[in-house]
Amino acid sequence: MPLLEVKNLQVRVEEREILHGLTLTVNVGEIHAIMGPNGSGKSTLSHVIAGKPGYEVTGGEILFRGENLLEMAPDERAAKGVFLAFQYPVEIPGVATMTFLRTALNAQRKARGESEYSTPDFLRKVREVAKSLNIPQDMLKRGVNVGFSGGEKKRNEVLQMALFEPSLCILDEMDSGLDIDALRIAADGVNALRSPDRGMIVITHYQRLLNYIVPDVVHVMSRGRVVKSGGKDLALELEASGYAQFDDAA
Amino acid sequence: MNVVIAKAETGPGLRSILAIPRGRLPGAGRVAEVRRQAFDAYAHAGLPHRRIEEWKYTDLRALMREVLPLAPIPDVAALDRAREALASAAMQGAQKLVLVDGVFAPELSDIGALGADVSVRTLRDILENAGLEAPADLLLTNISDVMVSLNTAMATDGIVIGVADGAAPVAPIQIIHVAVASKASAFTRSHVRIGNGARATLVESFVAAGAARGYQVHDAVIVSVGDEAQLEHVRLMADASDAVNITSDIITIGARSKLNLFNMTRGGAVSRFQGFIKMAGEGSELSANGVNLLKGTQHGDTTLVVDHAVPHCTSREVFRAVLDDRAHSVFQGRIIVRPGAQKTDGKMMTRALLLSDESEADNKPELEIFADDVTCGHGATSGALDETLLFYLRARGLSEKEAQALLIQAFVGEAIEQIGNDELREFASSLAQHWLEARA
Repeated sequence: MPLLEVKNLQVRVEEREILHGLTLTVNVGEIHAIMGPNGSGKSTLSHVIAGKPGYEVTGGEILFRGENLLEMAPDERAAKGVFLAFQYPVEIPGVATMTFLRTALNAQRKARGESEYSTPDFLRKVREVAKSLNIPQDMLKRGVNVGFSGGEKKRNEVLQMALFEPSLCILDEMDSGLDIDALRIAADGVNALRSPDRGMIVITHYQRLLNYIVPDVVHVMSRGRVVKSGGKDLALELEASGYAQFDDAA
Repeated sequence: MNVVIAKAETGPGLRSILAIPRGRLPGAGRVAEVRRQAFDAYAHAGLPHRRIEEWKYTDLRALMREVLPLAPIPDVAALDRAREALASAAMQGAQKLVLVDGVFAPELSDIGALGADVSVRTLRDILENAGLEAPADLLLTNISDVMVSLNTAMATDGIVIGVADGAAPVAPIQIIHVAVASKASAFTRSHVRIGNGARATLVESFVAAGAARGYQVHDAVIVSVGDEAQLEHVRLMADASDAVNITSDIITIGARSKLNLFNMTRGGAVSRFQGFIKMAGEGSELSANGVNLLKGTQHGDTTLVVDHAVPHCTSREVFRAVLDDRAHSVFQGRIIVRPGAQKTDGKMMTRALLLSDESEADNKPELEIFADDVTCGHGATSGALDETLLFYLRARGLSEKEAQALLIQAFVGEAIEQIGNDELREFASSLAQHWLEARA
């Protein structure tokens, strides 16, 4: 059974159709890149999979391990193993990062009927992952993402991904706002999570990120549909020829 | 032209005042005269209403209608009920002083445990035993407010605390007001004097014993903070959901001193906490903060008047309201900068979180500045929880209620974290947590 099946998905936002019948299948162990120009619907797809309010699904379906994802609340999806690394992680003043991580992890474990992590196990795990991502301890004591640089925010997303161990990771424009060093650290963190039990969708505007996170499949999105799919070389072709050709095709 | 008819209310409370048994209101001679004048002032004006600017959003004529008769002197059964209520209200490690229905209860208090540099007497003791020489200024204030006048006229008891110069008692002093009698009023007047160079922590808690319903609490606390002194003053109001609580804190701060004031209102059908704070000595700092947690049809008013009478003082106000159902929160913050009070630095920020469409927050900042070299500012916001933040938390596995609770906790945390004492901060935080859990 595929990990994720998006079938003929049609989505509207305030009367405007953004996705016009999008189909995509991701299996465990695969990394799929979704590329496309601004406004092609990449972020909408990621939001709809994660369950963000404000989108109206007018047709099609999304199955996660065969289950209807669209019927689940966002927190149920998270507990099932869906993780969206946000393009713009929010700042939450007054909620310490450690408190947030612990509350979220235990909420997910509880929803799955698993026991809560003990404090020492939790702390050990967070410290270990934080160290590998070059996240200093004092950052974990601050409010969630408060005063974090762009790179720190993205690393904090990867930290959560490592901690929650989701089976589907969606990285929405992880490279936006990152310099090359920050990108490398974040990408190393993601690569460490590649696993035969996990699928990933990497959404990006530029080919650059795919030098660090090498995909198995590349899809090109334009005007709310996948217009072309291919191997990792497709990304290089796009870099050379641009997206204009697909605008015409769509 | 508007003619305001100051119609005095004529409920049973006012009538019954004339029939108060001898001895319920301690003090003779000058004290009795002060009481009579205060009562006349109250009787002339009656309960404040919406056309009195200071009470615009808290119209006591509409909200409370009448002043209820004095609660009876608590008997043994009443003290037993009060004792049960203390279990949850008393702070671990604090020296507690308990007033039951406006009467000091030595058997419930830790009076023997206070150190030699902290003096405690009751208002009744001082007013009764000093005879005609009794210090009438225990009842006099320089505040012109009708509810303060009523308190002056009717105070049956209170606690008079003195912290000696240079003293720094480790344990917080906790005054606990327990309401036992239903459909009755308690009137208390307390005094707290913090000597020069002294440091102290004062907690004031308001609770109801199990079955107390529909009662009224009328409290006034006169605080004087000496020079180079520090006071942390925390008020935790958790009266019964159909009770009325009208409290005035009248505070004077000396030179190079610090006052950290925090008020949390969770209970009461109608409540007003009014703080009149005078910066009377140069180089002092005031931090005055509060949280209103209201639901149902609760009405909670926090009114602060900060009077910068001298130069070189700083005041900061952080106020947060969380409102559910049809609750109504009022924050009025006035900063007065007197002529010559140069280099005053006064700021206030008030924010309300509206959890329902029918809740209401009124914020009224007022700056009255009569000096030209000052920094003063205010800000006010009100709105719902941020949907973007909620979605982020839900996408990480938190249920809707959990996500809301975490964000609300963070919202009120901005005010609670101003409390300096670690145990008190934790205590206040846990009270907010309980409120949130009860809501969910």
